[in-house]
Amino acid sequence: KLFIDTGKDEVFSLIQALNIRVTLTPVLPTRALRSDLTTFMNEWRPMFSRFHVIIVKDPDLKEELKIPEGFNLDVYGKPDIDQVVGSSTSILFSGYSCRYFGYLVSRKKYIISVDDDCLPARDPKGFLVDAVAQHISNLTNPATPFFFNTLYDPYAEGADFVRGYPFSLRGGVKCALSCGLWLNLADHDAPTQALKARQRNSRYVDAVMTVPARSLIPISGINIAFEREAVGPALVPALKLAGEGKCRWETMEDIWSGLCVKIVCDHLGLGVKTGLPYIWRTDRGDPIASLKKEWEGVKLMEEVIPFFQSVRLPREATTVEECIIEVANAVKERLGSMDPVFARAAKAMLDWVKLWQSVGSSS
Amino acid sequence: MATAPSAKLTPLLKDELDIVIPTIRNLDFLEMWRPFFEQYHLIIVQDGDPSKKIRVPDGFDYQLYNRNDVNRILGPKASCISFKDSACRCFGYLVSKKKYIFTIDDDCFVAKDPSGKEINALEQHIKNLLTPSTTHFFNTLYDPYREGADFVRGYPFSLREGAPTAVSHGLWLNIPDYDAPTQLVKPLERNTRYVDAVMTVPKGTLFPMCGMNLAFDRELIGPAMYFGLMGDGQPIGRYDDMWAGWCMKVICDHLGLGVKTGLPYIWHSKASNPFVNLKKEYKGIFWQEKAIPFFQSVSLPKECSSVEKCHLALAGEVKSKLGEVDPYFIKLADAMVTWIEAWNMVNSPGEKPAMTSLPNATSKK
Repeated sequence: KLFIDTGKDEVFSLIQALNIRVTLTPVLPTRALRSDLTTFMNEWRPMFSRFHVIIVKDPDLKEELKIPEGFNLDVYGKPDIDQVVGSSTSILFSGYSCRYFGYLVSRKKYIISVDDDCLPARDPKGFLVDAVAQHISNLTNPATPFFFNTLYDPYAEGADFVRGYPFSLRGGVKCALSCGLWLNLADHDAPTQALKARQRNSRYVDAVMTVPARSLIPISGINIAFEREAVGPALVPALKLAGEGKCRWETMEDIWSGLCVKIVCDHLGLGVKTGLPYIWRTDRGDPIASLKKEWEGVKLMEEVIPFFQSVRLPREATTVEECIIEVANAVKERLGSMDPVFARAAKAMLDWVKLWQSVGSSS
Repeated sequence: MATAPSAKLTPLLKDELDIVIPTIRNLDFLEMWRPFFEQYHLIIVQDGDPSKKIRVPDGFDYQLYNRNDVNRILGPKASCISFKDSACRCFGYLVSKKKYIFTIDDDCFVAKDPSGKEINALEQHIKNLLTPSTTHFFNTLYDPYREGADFVRGYPFSLREGAPTAVSHGLWLNIPDYDAPTQLVKPLERNTRYVDAVMTVPKGTLFPMCGMNLAFDRELIGPAMYFGLMGDGQPIGRYDDMWAGWCMKVICDHLGLGVKTGLPYIWHSKASNPFVNLKKEYKGIFWQEKAIPFFQSVSLPKECSSVEKCHLALAGEVKSKLGEVDPYFIKLADAMVTWIEAWNMVNSPGEKPAMTSLPNATSKK
């Protein structure tokens, strides 16, 4: 998904689709910092140019977009969102959440999403990291959620399963989600970033690993990829903070969405990987200014995490949609009275499943 | 916020830490480690023929125990200590009087990080043990207590205190710790990937614990570090550390303790013979298919509030649930009980350490 920061703090969503093979065609959403996408797209051109790009324009954005030549694009704006989705939903495809519209309308097998303030990173040898290729590799190689491999990804070159790893588990399971990381400006919350204003992440950890089953992780939306066919409906545009803003520090929608995906993956026996690829996240925003807005999100997490840790999905829920409906009902029942944002999230999740079934289904 | 001790301030803990080394060959490797180990007390557990003289390089402060010492100190309970297998190292844990243990194999040398700097493995293990673990929620930037790292957005503040770290599991460059089948298929593979991370193994997740480069808080978890019955007279070998790791993790999860894995790296120089290994591991390859589901599903009663009680309860479960797989597990369960008895006998408050656990050979600088 692509966001453009125009200085008016409006965002713009861009989604790219990847055509690598007829059967495997990932969608790559990326973001741009300015309404002028030229620099961003050109920096990512070596990795993006082979693929189909879907651009979703944030309904709040007024400016015209400047997109450089040479890409295979589809652009969607407010009129398209209204036409497809209409008033049938409570989901607000605005701000960072406009990316989900792109997930909905894509017809490709994979989706890659990178925030607009991110550029390709360089590895310790100085080579440009092809984040797209790494995400594809993560998604097309098995995940190993049932037993931790101490040498991390056993399918990486030069690595394998270690002594003591049960042979029956070495086939792994399908990897449905790949979570990448960030050099320079890491995805810290506003209080942490405000306290450590000068801290930048310079540690390149050369590993991909599977997040163990039943372990929850905060999945940042800044740099992710997933198999749309496997878990698309689980990435839910649901948790919208009352004071949600246009800086990542001012959102929690991706964290919520990621928790839903992990719960569903654990239940259905799918894998989630974390680690490589890195992207380079540029400095922007003022964490101190964001402190007030994000405090709401930080407080909510205290309730959210114990909730997700205790959610149990019934055996009868065998599809992603069924799982999400179960989670939504649990949210309404157990969190709904705590804060209106949860009641709204539950409704948005149910609307999302309906929308996915009518619009998003590839068949 | 996470604040990690800076490199300059890492305490040496030289009076609180023992280095336990099992050996059957020689201790030449200690020369390379001298700058890092010289200030610490070593406990050397000599496996195999007790009449063989193992030379310890000059200048080290050590106690050396051979099989005669093991038999003398533990009496009939010595049956729980393996013979002709590095599993015997756990005897060293038992007789130590220190709070922390670092154990290393005699074919492990000092590794270099990507910048070419020699890695002080012991210092990293100490850092790992002295900072909390994040057992309940995975931090995507790995250990948040390391310099230059922190918790990521979405990590609840109430979980940022973490849990006490009981075990620090290090890794190996060069010869990777593969099982025999993998060694046979990939005899030339070397681990050259330096992954600059320490991370907590999440609660509820098991992992293969390798005893080559391992440190732990003996006061927190010592009695759980029983390396089982392996080697001479036993149907299995090369599963000692695995067994200890599975038991340890279940107990740590039950008691709310943390386990870290990742840095530090050591340089593993010797590839053991894969054909010999295959014979040793053979039964283990089948048995681990039963053992893993057992450990993944076992639950300890709430009343088990100490490591000893947990280990005894676990022994009971091993006997009843894995005893059907092979009579070996019944023997092993009994040995687990004997181990706890031995541990309590040697470490009970009334015992006079100077009298009973004096080894065959000691040296003070």
